[in-house]
Amino acid sequence: MAGGFVYNAIDQTEVATAEIYGKAISDIMQKDPRVCAITADLAKSTKLGDVLKTCPERVINVGIAEQDMFGVGAGMARAGMIPFISGFSAFTSMRACDQLHTDICYQNVNAKIIATHAGTSFGQAGSTHHAITDLAITRAMPNLTVIVPADGIETANAVNAAYENFGPYYIRINRGFDRVLYENMDYGFEVGKAVEIHEGTDITVIACGSCVFQAKQAAEFLENSDGLKVRVLNMHTIKPIDRDAIIKAVMDTRRIITVEDHSVIGGLGSAVAEVMAQAGKGCAFKMLGHQDKFAPIGLHEDIMSEVGIDANGIIAAVREVMKADFEEDDNWDDDV
Amino acid sequence: MANLSKQEWLALEQKAYDLRKLTLQTTMWAGSGHIGGGYSVLDLLTVLYHKYLNIKVEDPQWEDRDRFILSKGHAGIAYAPVLCDKGFNDPEMLKTFNLSGSKMGIHLDSNKVKGVDASTGSLGHGVSIAAGTALAARLMNKDYLTYVVTGDGELGEGSNWEGFMTINHYELSNCIVFIDRNHCMIDGPTEEVMKLEPVADKMRAFGFNTICVDGNNIGELCDAIDEAIARSKEKCAPTCILMDTQKGAGIKDIAGDYHCHYMAIDDDLFAKYSKELEEDFKARCDRANKEGK
Repeated sequence: MAGGFVYNAIDQTEVATAEIYGKAISDIMQKDPRVCAITADLAKSTKLGDVLKTCPERVINVGIAEQDMFGVGAGMARAGMIPFISGFSAFTSMRACDQLHTDICYQNVNAKIIATHAGTSFGQAGSTHHAITDLAITRAMPNLTVIVPADGIETANAVNAAYENFGPYYIRINRGFDRVLYENMDYGFEVGKAVEIHEGTDITVIACGSCVFQAKQAAEFLENSDGLKVRVLNMHTIKPIDRDAIIKAVMDTRRIITVEDHSVIGGLGSAVAEVMAQAGKGCAFKMLGHQDKFAPIGLHEDIMSEVGIDANGIIAAVREVMKADFEEDDNWDDDV
Repeated sequence: MANLSKQEWLALEQKAYDLRKLTLQTTMWAGSGHIGGGYSVLDLLTVLYHKYLNIKVEDPQWEDRDRFILSKGHAGIAYAPVLCDKGFNDPEMLKTFNLSGSKMGIHLDSNKVKGVDASTGSLGHGVSIAAGTALAARLMNKDYLTYVVTGDGELGEGSNWEGFMTINHYELSNCIVFIDRNHCMIDGPTEEVMKLEPVADKMRAFGFNTICVDGNNIGELCDAIDEAIARSKEKCAPTCILMDTQKGAGIKDIAGDYHCHYMAIDDDLFAKYSKELEEDFKARCDRANKEGK
């Protein structure tokens, strides 16, 4: 087990995803004195409560100053520590963008960013607190590994992986509870490798974060109602993207839908499209996500429904794409 | 009268003079460079690298080394000669400064140039990074010191003040902040572009033990650094050394003129400025003889 810390489904039905982060980082910090947690007046919101009890001296609160938070983190990393820097995704990616780019990524320091309140998971707070551009921003930064866990269990896996591997990581997690996808941590999580959570040969839905559970629900529904075999890939790592899994999906199913709680510009959908385009073959393709619009205000599930990235939206999109024509090519295997 | 001995002061002046000449030479090789802001901070670089920093040239990443962070990264044209002269990098590299394919760009990359503790250039980053290295020293029970220098125009970046708050809040007296107050920005004098004064009062209001010195006077600089180091032994209010300097210090023709922020140096200017540096060096030696112990 990565990191030696085990969490299960019971943990994530009782505590929010960020709280699992809080438990995971607390476990790691008790084991390794090099690890510290840095926050910008969000120790409570980013669930550092356990750490405040176990290792209070290594929780650095810089006040409401995200730029400083990243600079301090870079300095601590340069001095041999392993800082976990937590803050709302909207601010870690935008307010401190230059520091993330220059202090963390350019210097390639061993710092880990825990970007909470991802996507529209803090939906009621409005667009100032929605993070629907952070994947586009972070994905473009060299040296940075970008992970979007699908639930609390996967968050624990991602945090452990970030701890065990040198280099900057950006882990994007939701506010509150995520729908439970995994029962335990032993499902083969590996950075850069998609996880197939539903088998299928008719069409592939590639999802990340909160959309993975929705995609799985949609696949199960479509199998019963429409007799469709929908492959669902949990693309938890946005960078480096799992090129092989994408190409295989294109070859096997020739119909792809991506779904993310993020703008369709620059996020998961774009990453998948880049792989497909460079492979030399297109296929029937649709990107679900925020369609170059700021999201409405509301509960996360309501926004997901409005934007069409919940199970119903995915079901509708699958039915649409199943009707789409694409160029038949007998030499498909030779070309890819 | 400074506490620095005449002998040591004169040796440091000689080193500062040599480094000014090497910086001028590097600027000519590069074709142009940030010579103004490089020269204003060069006396500080000299005393840090030749009197104060506890570093190992043969082990640039030695974990107990003192850290130095040049937040005003554009002064790399002066910093690179200091690091090469010290032995961290081959002095031949200076001939490639600013050229295609070189490891030495205008703003030094800490992953490419040995001895550089932070990749700076985007202004307003160094203070927070320094706060981080100083905090790490405290948490890991290490005695090393962190020195950071910002430009004065750079203080317009609000992130500096976030960093100052952190250094003050955590009483990081092991982090010594220098402000290179050369009174110039690219577009003109600081007070015309964006009022900065009263800088000393601002730093005091942010909790710093603030010492005002002539930053181009090696004796005064050393006295201030000695005081800051003495205070660093205990967790207390941090020290800011506010250095009143001249942009282009050492070359009479350009000293104090904001236009020297970034200059091209040709053979004629090189000859002219070399002569002025020599005259300045003589005057500095006279001062060292008069004011040194």
